[in-house]
Amino acid sequence: MPTPTKGPRVGGGPAHERLILSNLATSLFEHDRITTTEAKAKRLRPLAERLITFAKRGDLHARRRVLTVVRDKGVVHRLFAEIAPDMAAREGGYTRITKIGARKGDNAPMVVIELVREPLSAKKATVKEAEAATKRAAKQSESKKAAAKTKAAEDAEKTEAAAAVELPAGAVAANEDGSAPEGYTVKGNADSGLYHEPDGQWYDQTIAEFWFKSAEDAEAAGFKKAGSGS
Amino acid sequence: MAVPKRKTSRSNTRSRRANWKATPTTLTTCPQCGAAAQPHIACPSCGSYKGRHYAAAERTEHQA
Repeated sequence: MPTPTKGPRVGGGPAHERLILSNLATSLFEHDRITTTEAKAKRLRPLAERLITFAKRGDLHARRRVLTVVRDKGVVHRLFAEIAPDMAAREGGYTRITKIGARKGDNAPMVVIELVREPLSAKKATVKEAEAATKRAAKQSESKKAAAKTKAAEDAEKTEAAAAVELPAGAVAANEDGSAPEGYTVKGNADSGLYHEPDGQWYDQTIAEFWFKSAEDAEAAGFKKAGSGS
Repeated sequence: MAVPKRKTSRSNTRSRRANWKATPTTLTTCPQCGAAAQPHIACPSCGSYKGRHYAAAERTEHQA
């Protein structure tokens, strides 16, 4: 028995479903961003991402495969010529679904589904690089050291590394019980790289690794204001 | 065909219906404009979500 498609059925029959999905995909590649219901967007997402993968391949065979779904040659040209180059650095995750409020008439949950065309953020790119570097380093160290490296030793190394986290300039580490040092009121969250001022939305729930005297000090230490967006 | 033997009393009807309760919507404050907004949903008053702006999310006059 073939595996059923994930997600709800849309439309009145299989042919209707194919038509709805191909029309949605066509609109998405034409306009970059479309508003639809959550159920339709969730069905559209895997189809659209697959079509973008074809577009990144870019040869005639891939183009013909895409044309079986998106019938509009102009839109397919746009997909191959404009959208695919933007997605070159991305490994999947080409679309983004953001929920907006429910529709007025039938209270259907609505979403905006859009192509993620902005370049990979610098932060993510560096993280990727760093991961690759650690992988390389791990490989080298493994080959250097004898294979008899116990897990306990590894754990010990990790804890050492964690303890040696450097304090940023103008920051003070939290007291043992997590309370604020005298005169320091701004919380710094080392995990997220954000700082919280006392009137901030998340101030009370934040566990502070560092404390700053003021927001300016936190900014100077490379922390971002919480809620300012990433 | 099986049928109810007795008419459902007003008391039973009402005590059943007394348990139909609406639950309050979970709300957070929008970090952008400070208005109340549902979590994980773009703010209906300013249309922002995670630093991005969605015009389609903004509540129109008709909906307010």
